[in-house]
Amino acid sequence: MEHTIPEKHYLNEATGWKSWLMTLDHKRIGILYMIMVMFSFFLGGVFALLLRWELISPDKILMGPEMYNQAFSLHGIIMIFLFIIPSIPAILGNFVMPLMIGAKDVAFPRLNLASWYIYVIGFCFAVYALFTGGIDTGWTFYTPYSNETTTAVIPILTAAFVLGFSSIFTGLNFIVTIHKLRAPGMTWFQLPLFVWAIYATALIQVLATPVLGITLALLMLERVVGIGIFDPAMGGDPVLFQHFFWFYSHPAVYIMILPGMGIISELIATFSHRRIFGYKFIAFSSLGIAFTGFLVWGHHMFVSGQSDLAAVIFSFLTFFVGIPSGIKILNWMATMYKGSISLDTPMLWALSFLILFSIGGFTGIVLGTLSIDVHLHDTYFVVSHFHYVMVGGTVMAIFGGLHYWWPKIWGRMYNETLARIAVVLIFVGFNVTFFVQFIMGTQGMPRRYYTYLPQFQGMHGFSSIGALIMGVGFLLIGIYLIHAIFKGKPAGPNPWRALTMEWETPSPPRAGNFEGAQRLTHGPYDYDKVVPENALKQYKTL
Amino acid sequence: MKDDAAQRHILPLNLYLAVGSGLLVLTVITVAVAQMDFGQMNLLIAMGIAVVKATLVAMFFMHLKYDNRIYMLVFVGSLLFLGVFIIFTMFDTLRRGDIYEEIAEPYQKEAVIYRTAETGTASSHAAADSSHNAAETETETSDH
Ligand SMILES: [Cu+2]
Repeated sequence: MEHTIPEKHYLNEATGWKSWLMTLDHKRIGILYMIMVMFSFFLGGVFALLLRWELISPDKILMGPEMYNQAFSLHGIIMIFLFIIPSIPAILGNFVMPLMIGAKDVAFPRLNLASWYIYVIGFCFAVYALFTGGIDTGWTFYTPYSNETTTAVIPILTAAFVLGFSSIFTGLNFIVTIHKLRAPGMTWFQLPLFVWAIYATALIQVLATPVLGITLALLMLERVVGIGIFDPAMGGDPVLFQHFFWFYSHPAVYIMILPGMGIISELIATFSHRRIFGYKFIAFSSLGIAFTGFLVWGHHMFVSGQSDLAAVIFSFLTFFVGIPSGIKILNWMATMYKGSISLDTPMLWALSFLILFSIGGFTGIVLGTLSIDVHLHDTYFVVSHFHYVMVGGTVMAIFGGLHYWWPKIWGRMYNETLARIAVVLIFVGFNVTFFVQFIMGTQGMPRRYYTYLPQFQGMHGFSSIGALIMGVGFLLIGIYLIHAIFKGKPAGPNPWRALTMEWETPSPPRAGNFEGAQRLTHGPYDYDKVVPENALKQYKTL
Repeated sequence: MKDDAAQRHILPLNLYLAVGSGLLVLTVITVAVAQMDFGQMNLLIAMGIAVVKATLVAMFFMHLKYDNRIYMLVFVGSLLFLGVFIIFTMFDTLRRGDIYEEIAEPYQKEAVIYRTAETGTASSHAAADSSHNAAETETETSDH
């Protein structure tokens, strides 16, 4: 069955740069975000490659200690604040969530556009900081160093502060949208799980991000007028900064991972062609993660001089975070069990997620254990754990999601062969890069140094080769995805034979999303009751 | 629907006056109580009265009592999160040095805080304590 691109769709219904920069269409705003966020990902990636290049040998190749401090700080700040926090909610949440609930747009389209402009302002502050002295505090801005360094702390704090508001606006918008704009007949338990995940994320964004704003504002005041909150010379407490910072930043880890988990739920159901197992468990475990995530921040401070009582309490509570994540993993596996699984590219990303995120999760339990963390703190073990969760988790999910919804966003399909090669490259490259870092960490290789003892030469070199493989993989993805926008084969409305609502409208959709009002006729995962319409290809069962 | 009803809800003037005078009475009590010394209870009493006053304002002047329940949920929820933050942080700040005694040199000997500590009043005693803790954490974090 051959498909064609519909004559009129949201991409060509209005033309000219003004129609993009003034757009109120959630789909176009999603694409505006995609451009900025993916550019940030590219920038952060360049810094990552520079770091791995420097670490090929213990000698100084590119950078000395000061430059290296700047490079890893910028890698972290760009990847966290400019890429991973906004990535899934702002790009795919914006584009897909209203379609999934059968809405014409988000609840506050103007606020949505404003949030993008605020993001751009934050981006500009970050770039300004980059060119006016850089930043060498790491992405965590710990006092007292952040209070003393001569680098551009104020601009970068302003950037993170401003970006926080963009995040809050997006979260607020999504909460109202999901409450008020669901298609008639769509109850909470007929929402696709991606929407549940976006909802839980939005709650954290609204609850936690203001605390980051307060923290950064206090730090700026400390630097500019010396109010003495964090400065021990004035009766302040530098560890208090860490409390403030992690009260936001631990939940922020769930802002980063929860939407990814939502994508994985969609991918696994669609490509197993099976009703998702334990729908309510998956939905509520998102809320469970959102809640328990607020009670564990002190596990970042076991060796910071925090009281022993606090350390014990935080370590104990940290173990509970494993439960909702475990529930999700097991439900996904149960969904796949006896399903007719098709290994299209998005599913390959989902499987990579399952493997890598599980490793990241389990090593998180290791690090949450107070006695072990005293030894592993600030080693490469932590670096590796964090990357297994964030890259192995969120980045696998966002690329899975991009491949899954690419035909919906642009109406065209990418080259499946190249796409599968890219997944393999990334999966292999990722493990080559980071698995050895667990080993180095246990042997005492500290993080954040441009040099190391000769005994680590082999493993550091190996790790750098992995980074290169990943770099090639992401480059390949960039090439074939952009090629697909212009030259890809028309995909048709529902290339994956999925049952969620975004596939019931043409690809790309019209500006108003649906012809007339959308009504719910079947649940999002009723594979046992309904045969999906408009299927492009017939699946072989494996 | 419910929201509209809440907005149109007009309370009798007498209720406003009653709540208002209640607030005034509580203010007088606050001032009176401040003249006496209850030792450790000082803070608790003052905060207790303040909480009652804030609750009255939120319930009646800000109409929280008559609004949709969701606003109450959001309001109480945000207070709860603030409580979590403060209490958990106090698990740390109040209990440092439980196992190992903390010994620390002043971080900056010429700092203002240590000068007030030498005058020997009750308030500067507390300040000296906290600077003692802070100086300790400083020496520890500087290792990283
Ligand atoms: Cu954490």
